[in-house]
Amino acid sequence: MSKNFTFAKKLNMPQKEELKRISTQVRRDIVRMVNGAKSGHPGGSLGCADFLTALYFEVMNHDPESFNMDGKDEDIFFLSNGHISPVLYSVLARVGYFDIKELATFRKLHTRLQGHPSIAERIPGVRVASGSLGQGLSVANGAAITKKLNNDSSLVYILMGDGEIEEGQIWEAAMFAAAKNVDNLIAVVDYNGKQIDGPVDEVLPLGNLKAKWEAFDWITLEMNGHDFDSILETLAKAEELSGNGKPIVILMKTEMGQGVDYMMGTHKWHGNAPNDEQTEDALSQLEETLGDY
Amino acid sequence: MKEFTIYNYKDTRSGFGEGLLELGRKNPEVVALCADLTGSLKMDAFAAEFPERFIQVGIAEANMIGIAAGLTVGGKIPFTGTFANFSTGRVYDQIRQSVAYSEKNVKICASHAGVTLGEDGATHQILEDIGLMKMLPNITVINPCDFNQTKAATLAIAEHDGPVYLRFGRPKVPTFIPEDQEFIIGKALMLNEGTDVTIIATGHLVWESLEAAKELESKGISTEVINIHTIKPLDTEAILKSVAKTKCVVTAEEHMRHGGLGDSIAQLLAHKLPTPMEMIAVDDRFGQSGTPAELMTEYGLDAANIVKAVEKVIGRK
Repeated sequence: MSKNFTFAKKLNMPQKEELKRISTQVRRDIVRMVNGAKSGHPGGSLGCADFLTALYFEVMNHDPESFNMDGKDEDIFFLSNGHISPVLYSVLARVGYFDIKELATFRKLHTRLQGHPSIAERIPGVRVASGSLGQGLSVANGAAITKKLNNDSSLVYILMGDGEIEEGQIWEAAMFAAAKNVDNLIAVVDYNGKQIDGPVDEVLPLGNLKAKWEAFDWITLEMNGHDFDSILETLAKAEELSGNGKPIVILMKTEMGQGVDYMMGTHKWHGNAPNDEQTEDALSQLEETLGDY
Repeated sequence: MKEFTIYNYKDTRSGFGEGLLELGRKNPEVVALCADLTGSLKMDAFAAEFPERFIQVGIAEANMIGIAAGLTVGGKIPFTGTFANFSTGRVYDQIRQSVAYSEKNVKICASHAGVTLGEDGATHQILEDIGLMKMLPNITVINPCDFNQTKAATLAIAEHDGPVYLRFGRPKVPTFIPEDQEFIIGKALMLNEGTDVTIIATGHLVWESLEAAKELESKGISTEVINIHTIKPLDTEAILKSVAKTKCVVTAEEHMRHGGLGDSIAQLLAHKLPTPMEMIAVDDRFGQSGTPAELMTEYGLDAANIVKAVEKVIGRK
């Protein structure tokens, strides 16, 4: 299987515009799903819409048509902060893992789109349950080692929240990855500075996060999670740096609630659903680019 | 009473170590992980022969369970090794979410279970692990009784697709199960047929039950002894068949009464065949320092107490 995208070519405007169109529709999906379920986590989902759109539509080499658990010779992605499931489900559906109509079942009884990602219902695109925080980096380490044992040169991506890394297991996994040269692993921290109880700086300040990852011997990159140039260039750089003995982490600056004005600049929309009126307001700010589900 | 030959005295953890080494030789997908207890878990031989398939994770059990879950993505069959306490209680949520709920083909192999860990005391002597593991959907729970059975179980679980908890121990105990005895997950092993009482035992208490049966037979009590090595799924058919015949039952295990094998059998009988029952198990207390033999006596986990329980339960028929 060959890469369906090469970073050697400079991004051109239409490509970036297309990604923007997709992520705008993804944001509409997120708002509508959370409103439809009357529960869920819109804030972080909106914040990661651009990154996941770029990752699935441009960066990863993967096969939505024939999903299988093993993911051999494909790049694979793990969502560790499982509460932002709406953005994952929307991107998976929009990129072809399952019918977008299924997004309407989010959080409903017997759905495959559980509140937090699960494999029990066999939803294509999900390889491990997540939601109880702090576990994804360990899982990603394991999957990356299996790729090495299988002589599979593709990459493992994992996204975690900045609040999530207050969990100690993350740092066990961080120490492990560097010690064992897990260099086919690209971790991304959603550095939005907010968690349920308030700003991360008030709940449990992370201090100098870049210095912490560097001290754990990770190659540490930074990117703007709302600028497709920054996202694609940084991911290209990360891919280039892979295979050199060190794991790679990207500190991704985002805005919780990005794209919906009243959800931005606050932690209030971490885990609350907008009512119908608020949903109307949000959707008026997000153009229907690809057709609603 | 059927005669049992004691082939040798060995620790069940060594049965695991030998089984793992054999698996390494015959199944290239098998990988092993250990959290800084390679010698205690008898994983050294595997680590020496298959260094590329052995992952030393250091003292980080939560990470180990997560890594094991990830290793299955791409087809590996990971065997994790640490003490039973650190294999279950310490990592319950990791097992729950990343292994059991995620249906990952991880084999959680746990040594030093129960009070027979000995002098280290209660911090290390978990008596709740069977209960913790059997409550999780999707997990198979196995507690073999001697070296040969532990080795056979280790080989068998590699062939089973799904998460498994395999529990074994530290002390040298009689090896009496024949080397060629087939190990079938979920199938009870009839050790001695009898008509007056059924003793259902698991782990180290199986040998004690056979000792008890010998004494009971000399007193004229015909004693059926069943070895349940697979606590989940439980061989309900074998248990109900035996209990229907003997009409009373004693269970025996090196585990807390709450959540153990006896608890599973009590539920089964309460639903299907209410029967007088006594349980040999630890009664809602922590362990403590002492030699394994002293602790088995202190906690009533021996043949003498099984005999007393049988006499009591027969009186309740």
